[in-house]
Amino acid sequence: MTERKGAVGKRGWRLLYLLLFVPFVTLLCVPSYNRNEPTLAGIPFFYWYQMLWIVLGAALLLPLYLAEDRGAKKE
Amino acid sequence: MSGQIDWTALAVFAAFFGLVTVLGFFASRWRRGDLSELSEWGLGGRRFGTVVTWFLLGGDLYTAYTFVAVPALMFGAGAMGFFAVPYTVLVYPILFAVYPRLWSVAHAKGCVTAADFVRLRFGSGTLALAVALTGIVATMPYIALQLVGIEVVIAGLGLHGELPLLIAFVVLAAYTYTSGLRAPAMIAVVKDALIYITVIAAVIVIPAELGGYAKIFASVGSTKLLLTPASAHNLGQQSGYITLALGSAFALFLYPHAVTGVLSSSSRHVIRRNALALPAYSVALGLIALLGYMAVAAGVQHLPAYAAGFKAFGANYAVPALFLQMFPSWFVGFAFAAIAIGALVPAAIMSIACANLFTRNIYKEYIDPDCTSARECQVAKLASLAVKIGALIFVLALPQQYAINLQLLGGIWIIQTLPAVLIGLYTRWFNPWGLLLGWAAGMWTGMQMELSLGFKGSIYALHILGWTVPCYAALSSLVLNIAVSALASLAINALSRTPRSDLTADADYLRGA
Repeated sequence: MTERKGAVGKRGWRLLYLLLFVPFVTLLCVPSYNRNEPTLAGIPFFYWYQMLWIVLGAALLLPLYLAEDRGAKKE
Repeated sequence: MSGQIDWTALAVFAAFFGLVTVLGFFASRWRRGDLSELSEWGLGGRRFGTVVTWFLLGGDLYTAYTFVAVPALMFGAGAMGFFAVPYTVLVYPILFAVYPRLWSVAHAKGCVTAADFVRLRFGSGTLALAVALTGIVATMPYIALQLVGIEVVIAGLGLHGELPLLIAFVVLAAYTYTSGLRAPAMIAVVKDALIYITVIAAVIVIPAELGGYAKIFASVGSTKLLLTPASAHNLGQQSGYITLALGSAFALFLYPHAVTGVLSSSSRHVIRRNALALPAYSVALGLIALLGYMAVAAGVQHLPAYAAGFKAFGANYAVPALFLQMFPSWFVGFAFAAIAIGALVPAAIMSIACANLFTRNIYKEYIDPDCTSARECQVAKLASLAVKIGALIFVLALPQQYAINLQLLGGIWIIQTLPAVLIGLYTRWFNPWGLLLGWAAGMWTGMQMELSLGFKGSIYALHILGWTVPCYAALSSLVLNIAVSALASLAINALSRTPRSDLTADADYLRGA
């Protein structure tokens, strides 16, 4: 019983790892953000959008971090 | 370089420089360890927790040269220079996923360098030597460029001649020798405080004086503000932009100084926490990049006061000129101290990392295999001196352009160690001789591409199925490297009957501490 639980947990954890690829996919689509509009406080989209991804990129790592931390504590 | 010395700025600058010198020597007493052991001198005893590692890696990766060169690229080339932002976004998922494995195996097996790991994993001293030499050769010009960063701000203060740079150099060499990795770790805290204050002041004060961000961006001109879009059969600047970001992200943590920062942390969790916390520096870097546009808007390149500086340092003088134009003298001293101290931290770590490589993978492997650990550490200290003297000679004796060119090549070269180091963390399938062939193919092709570009950047246009695809030379040569490594390994593994040597076990890669 406990073994099965562990296996399911591990699979869910592996799926979470897909989050790592999200910034790669979004930033590789350069034409999607290579434009000026909409501007934010006078800053063109190209610039503020990529700056926003610094924060989003870190936020995407958080669930992974927490999941692994919880896993480590259970052990 | 207005011709006369700005005494107020110089006094503030000298005061901060004096402070970090004292700190550098004091660092040898911090968390005292036996500094005649290489893992104590060269890795700080592997005891740095989350906070110290954050400062150390931040000081290590976001160097003074970055703070001068990224806005310089924006100043000269426009949107292309902003690649630094996606680059630093993409680097952290890689750090998070991959590098805890390197930490674990290095901790389990006592590795000090990436080449140490390759030696154990593949049982090939030759492959380890190739990895070590690539690391040293790629890092040396990087150290030279840190000294260029110091040179630029010293000139900005109105000082002439080589004496100020020599003084900075002697101070750096002396405290690295005595305190090892503890010195840059401690100085990094001061450097960060100065950098953050400077950046916050700059992004508030300068746009207000220039009439807001809309005006700043308008002054850049619409052609430079965005990347040129794809046209018929040509992907334009866009593919160059993103491959530059991607290749740089994969290359960054292969650099010896980054590996040193990773291995000096006290546990694999410290690395994962830092992958979450280090992006704070990327925000600062993004804002610093925009300083390049502020320099355009301020029109510093047309002011006679800065003509000599631009003549000597090119676009790299944009940020110092902007500060001189916009800030009061005392704050200029403060900001320039931030840049100069920002150069001392990575220069120290880089020279320590090169020294570790030389000692472990060349000296101990080929010259004196039975040396004592005290002797090993002594050799490393001397090697760190030799590396820095080499960098100094480089800066003083050769045109600055050489250092910049070699650093471009360095990025292309260091990424060629990715199959052995990063892929090696996951699989032992590759044959060491296959990896060596792939490495040679990647090094050679990358260098040929850079030579054919005449060092005017690293974006080499590939022609694929009738399309022109501009691509970062590091990335395309890496693809070739992996292909050659895989094909050669397939052939050798099929023909050879010698069992694979691997001194690491699967569990070594996951062990925590």
